[in-house]
Amino acid sequence: MKGKNRFRREYAGRAVVTAFGIFMIAVTFAIGIFLAYKGLGTFTTYKHSLMEFLFSAHWNPADDFQGGGAVGAAIFIVGSLSTCGLALLIVVPFSLASAIFLTEISPRFGAHFFQPAIEIFVGIPSVVYGWVGTSVLVPAIRKAFHLQVGYGVLAASLVLAVMIYPSITTVAADAIRSVPQGYREASYGMGSTRWQTIRRIVLPNAKSGILTGIILGLARAFGEALAVAMVIGQMKAFPRNIFSPTSNLTATIAADMGGAAEGGEYNTALWTIALLLFFISLLFIFLIHLVSGKVEHSNEK
Amino acid sequence: MNLQTKIAVRPDGSQTPVHQDLPFQQDQEAKIQTAYGKLSGKEKIKIGMQNLDLYYGDFQALKGINMEIPENRVTAFIGPSGCGKSTCLKTLNRMNDLVENCRITGKVTIDGEDIYAPRTDVTLLRKRAGMVFQKANPFPMSIYDNVTYGPKIHGVKNKAKLDEIVETSLQAAALWDEVKDRLKKSALSLSGGQQQRLCIARTLAVKPDILLMDEPTSALDPISTLKIEDLMGDLRKEYTVIIVTHNMQQAARIADNTAFFLLGQLVEYTNTTDMFNNPADERTERYITGRFG
Repeated sequence: MKGKNRFRREYAGRAVVTAFGIFMIAVTFAIGIFLAYKGLGTFTTYKHSLMEFLFSAHWNPADDFQGGGAVGAAIFIVGSLSTCGLALLIVVPFSLASAIFLTEISPRFGAHFFQPAIEIFVGIPSVVYGWVGTSVLVPAIRKAFHLQVGYGVLAASLVLAVMIYPSITTVAADAIRSVPQGYREASYGMGSTRWQTIRRIVLPNAKSGILTGIILGLARAFGEALAVAMVIGQMKAFPRNIFSPTSNLTATIAADMGGAAEGGEYNTALWTIALLLFFISLLFIFLIHLVSGKVEHSNEK
Repeated sequence: MNLQTKIAVRPDGSQTPVHQDLPFQQDQEAKIQTAYGKLSGKEKIKIGMQNLDLYYGDFQALKGINMEIPENRVTAFIGPSGCGKSTCLKTLNRMNDLVENCRITGKVTIDGEDIYAPRTDVTLLRKRAGMVFQKANPFPMSIYDNVTYGPKIHGVKNKAKLDEIVETSLQAAALWDEVKDRLKKSALSLSGGQQQRLCIARTLAVKPDILLMDEPTSALDPISTLKIEDLMGDLRKEYTVIIVTHNMQQAARIADNTAFFLLGQLVEYTNTTDMFNNPADERTERYITGRFG
């Protein structure tokens, strides 16, 4: 009797776990399908071309059901790419240095002070980052570079850099930690200095993990809306330099989604932006798999 | 390499395969008299330890070690797990520096120089006293790059010179014939025994004069073990070899001198023949006859 009971529990447990798993997969698919259903309207109902959406800078969708406006999202795409790219350029050296510091140079200090500090970073809501950005960073940039406004690409990039710093650092530190201790011992055992060991052994072997961290950070930066919307300036123009105000994909959705009539051209165009963001995140996930899969493969050889 | 083996009958009646050129057969004369016993070797003492104490935090892992290790001989450290033999080995190239809370008092000298003196260049020390680890740990790069790693960090850039180092090191580690056609292949494609010999080659590539081996065959199959043991006889001609081993037969087969550690103390240290035939200390006898540890 007892044995039978145990089997029943075994199956029940498995069924529950499987059900939750399938449910989450279903939700992901549902979101994708929903976004496609909403977002593809720009191309089907309102007859715009994909080329127009991706490469035209003319963004003036009609807020009605007749359509006939312009849905060129190039400005927002460029805005997203430039802010995220600049944010990465700023943050990667810091993240890498921090990750090396808290794993190789001072693990004890890292574990006791650095790690908790980084975790606090993660917990701060993005609206707070945005607010601090508008009240501290934006005036500071304006003063430092003698500009008329401090809002723009640089402000957005700096805010994003601070926001993605913890994710990249944590993942990179994990990657560095997972480099087998034997490699370090062998390197030190032959008379390498610590820096030689880090540069020639530790970093090359942690490369895929570090790249994964960078891609995760990039994905987070691409998806961040609120904080960026607060400091980017929300101008529908290409950035001329790193100080120009511009706009990006997420900030556009955040700013305009409330005002547009449901199902109208404007509303549909915003859904298309959401669909694009969904595709970009899929692309990032694909990249991560590519990067980490490559390493496993090379280890097998 | 001559892999022909013959079976030798040990004084206690056990049989053991030995190679004709094994050091144990070659040099049975004990010439150096120390406080512990007569050591095999020429006059030259390579490594000295005086009143060496080592602590991991509050735990004392080595207690007053006094030892003199002769040049161009194979010295085996034996003893049960946790007796301090590996720790003692790691004091010789200061790998213990990497362990937190590790504290050392006393003196360790190589060629008469105190290696714990404040201005010692640890990287040069480790170049002189190369180490081979328990688990073969080749870098995940090509065989060639593994061997050239050491020379490169010490500033060798010339391609011809590096090629030459690769060939001589791999030959010295008896691996050249097996890998000469695939030097660009990943080191991880080698078998466990080949990987360990690659690690030996990698260590030899920086031209050390001391080879520290921390249970180098404990993870290997008997044939790979035999190959590495066979190598020892050649290596001792150029290097001072110190090997930590769990395997007493291995010590008996390959070592000129053997040191027995117990609970952080050096219990007995003498030439291998005396050690295994008439140990002076009762604890040594119990250990080597398997009634202990």
